[in-house]
Amino acid sequence: MKKLLLIAFLFIVAKNSFAQQTQSNWGELHGNFQFDGQLYLRDTLIDPSGEFYPNERFLGQGYANLVYSKDKFRAGIRYENYQNVMLGFPEGYRGEGITYRFIQYTDKNFDITAGNFYEQFGSGMILRAYEERGLGYDNMFDGIRVIFQPIGGIRLKALLGKQRIYFNNSPGIVRGIDANIVLNELIEPLSDLPTLIAFGGSFVSKYQVANDPFLNLPENVGSSAARIDIQHGGLTFNTEYVFKVNDPNADNGYIFRNGEGLLANLSYTAKGFGALLNFKRVDNMSFRSDRNGSLIEGLINFLPAISQVRTYALPSLYQYATQLNGEIGIQFETNIKIPRGSVFGGKYGADLSLNFSNAYSLAKDYYAASDTLNRVKYKYKTTEYFKFGDVKYWQDINVKWYQKLSKSFSMTLTYFNTEYNSSVLDDGLDDEPQMETPELTNMVYVHTAVAEFLIKLKPKHYLRTELQGQFSKQDRGDMAMVLVEYSISPNWFFTIQDIYNYGNPIARDRIHYPLGSIVYVQGTTRIQMSYGRQQRGVFCVGGVCRVVPPSNGLGISITKSF
Amino acid sequence: MKKVFALALFASFSLITQAQGLPEGQVKALDGTWVSTETITNEGGPMIVSFWATWCKPCLRELHAYLDYYEEWQEEFGVKLVAISIDDTRNSPKVPNMVTSEGWMYEVYIDENQDLKRSLGIVNIPHTFVLDADGNIVWQHAGYSPGDEDHLYEILQKVVAGEPIEE
Repeated sequence: MKKLLLIAFLFIVAKNSFAQQTQSNWGELHGNFQFDGQLYLRDTLIDPSGEFYPNERFLGQGYANLVYSKDKFRAGIRYENYQNVMLGFPEGYRGEGITYRFIQYTDKNFDITAGNFYEQFGSGMILRAYEERGLGYDNMFDGIRVIFQPIGGIRLKALLGKQRIYFNNSPGIVRGIDANIVLNELIEPLSDLPTLIAFGGSFVSKYQVANDPFLNLPENVGSSAARIDIQHGGLTFNTEYVFKVNDPNADNGYIFRNGEGLLANLSYTAKGFGALLNFKRVDNMSFRSDRNGSLIEGLINFLPAISQVRTYALPSLYQYATQLNGEIGIQFETNIKIPRGSVFGGKYGADLSLNFSNAYSLAKDYYAASDTLNRVKYKYKTTEYFKFGDVKYWQDINVKWYQKLSKSFSMTLTYFNTEYNSSVLDDGLDDEPQMETPELTNMVYVHTAVAEFLIKLKPKHYLRTELQGQFSKQDRGDMAMVLVEYSISPNWFFTIQDIYNYGNPIARDRIHYPLGSIVYVQGTTRIQMSYGRQQRGVFCVGGVCRVVPPSNGLGISITKSF
Repeated sequence: MKKVFALALFASFSLITQAQGLPEGQVKALDGTWVSTETITNEGGPMIVSFWATWCKPCLRELHAYLDYYEEWQEEFGVKLVAISIDDTRNSPKVPNMVTSEGWMYEVYIDENQDLKRSLGIVNIPHTFVLDADGNIVWQHAGYSPGDEDHLYEILQKVVAGEPIEE
């Protein structure tokens, strides 16, 4: 490792010293750096017992990436440091080290990578290795990958490797192959066809030693997927089906049931109009390279939540995350451009979006306790394939209206109507007790309204405000929020906000959460300082959520990329 | 070990003054076909490359704002805007939907596995690059604040005039 770094260093130095004379082809070096730190202050209002108050008082973490590319060659490295990991991040990240290094060769039809890499097969329902640094999510592979395009229209991939779990590799080995064919590229006479047809398939298998004293666990678990994509004008249809053989694991309670997933998207777009319909059904599809893993550890696949990503502060306290053990749901979304000069569009036109999504348990029957073998081995059987089950997990209806009213004033009005099954989404309660005793379901009904205004004060000086109100008889009760942001393009942001949880059912939790921040941006350097109180939150990216404990303190964040 | 690494980092920072372009790689076009970054060019004119996602509000604000000026910029500078989405499967089906309904006249691609984003060292989106007529990255900016379009206009003026950009 040291040698490798030294060589890299010498190479870079050499490259620099020659750079002035030969501006030409020395390749490209890109990279980035991020540091986040927070000084935590003891705050008895948000944390009476001090359970979230870290011993370190100050926590900080950072990383740096370097990727060098020259023609067909690419190499990269990342150093990460957690001293110690910040509140709300997975606690498995402790210490420091080189976590990512790879070399890659790419030409027109051949691509080979050795070391760490990220990859996705199809929609990712069978395999997806990706990173969300802000969430502490990283399940990249350490191994070898080959991508081969023998002729136009055919793309083949093969990989072998172990996945990252914090600073280690997972105990299981993952092997995968994937093929995708674009028919119109492959078959010359079809290239002029107005309809585009592509299809593909994958096979992924994991191996993990099993020596359970009671269960005869499978050491090799295979999974296959098939997909098709059809486009005709503005109309698109794509679907993927994935099947997995029995894979007893911590998520499903070590049952021997097979798993499957189905995802289908239908969309239509025309000038000024877009509509989308998604359907998803997942049954026992937790697929990890460590059968004992939980949360973000060693996930081989990715089951997208088909609901809108929430970005405003209050509505984002209620986010949906896919239930790996089983769910069925749909999403409908439409975007309509209201033309300029029309009755509602006004002088500049307006945008209207509507979004509906839901998720339910599968329609299923649990085996009776007297039927011991089936009960232990399979736990339940599904009844009607496309029927929505008895337990509602989630429903969201939201409407957004954006309008520019004058050259210096625009507004966005949004309304969210949410039904959130807190028993399932927060407490992880199984369907069976809720099917037997519906009163056990703790459903939270929430209405949220957000008004956002953007006002131009003078060239490059803007004022942005958000007024948010969230109303519920359950959970945290009513709250209101005001945010004011003053920005001077392209360098400065000054933001202050306050959330007041005035209607919390618990009287002592009816408190204010003030927060102020200053951001300075210079090119690709960004420095942010913030001070204030943050409430317990949920932070979700790509269907994975984590709980962020309440905190109070002074935060700093520095990012730079080049 | 750490010292070597720190040195390597330091040395590499001094490298960034050199002219660089888009690294080789592939992105997905909206019709599902793969496109090599080599073919993403703008013959003889500057190019704006903006990384965005359907769920990123500042990104949408940025692309929305540029739309008001895009035709003027095309006429004045012969510029082309390429918008590269980093949406994953949860949201990538919404990309064509959004592009058409918003009436964006940009060239749009999806960097599904975020390989290009990684190769370019992008931390957060939006992240915007300006390339000169030869395909060299001459300016880049992280984030978007309202009014950045005025700044971008000044940058484009300099690029077309062949003036150096110092920030």
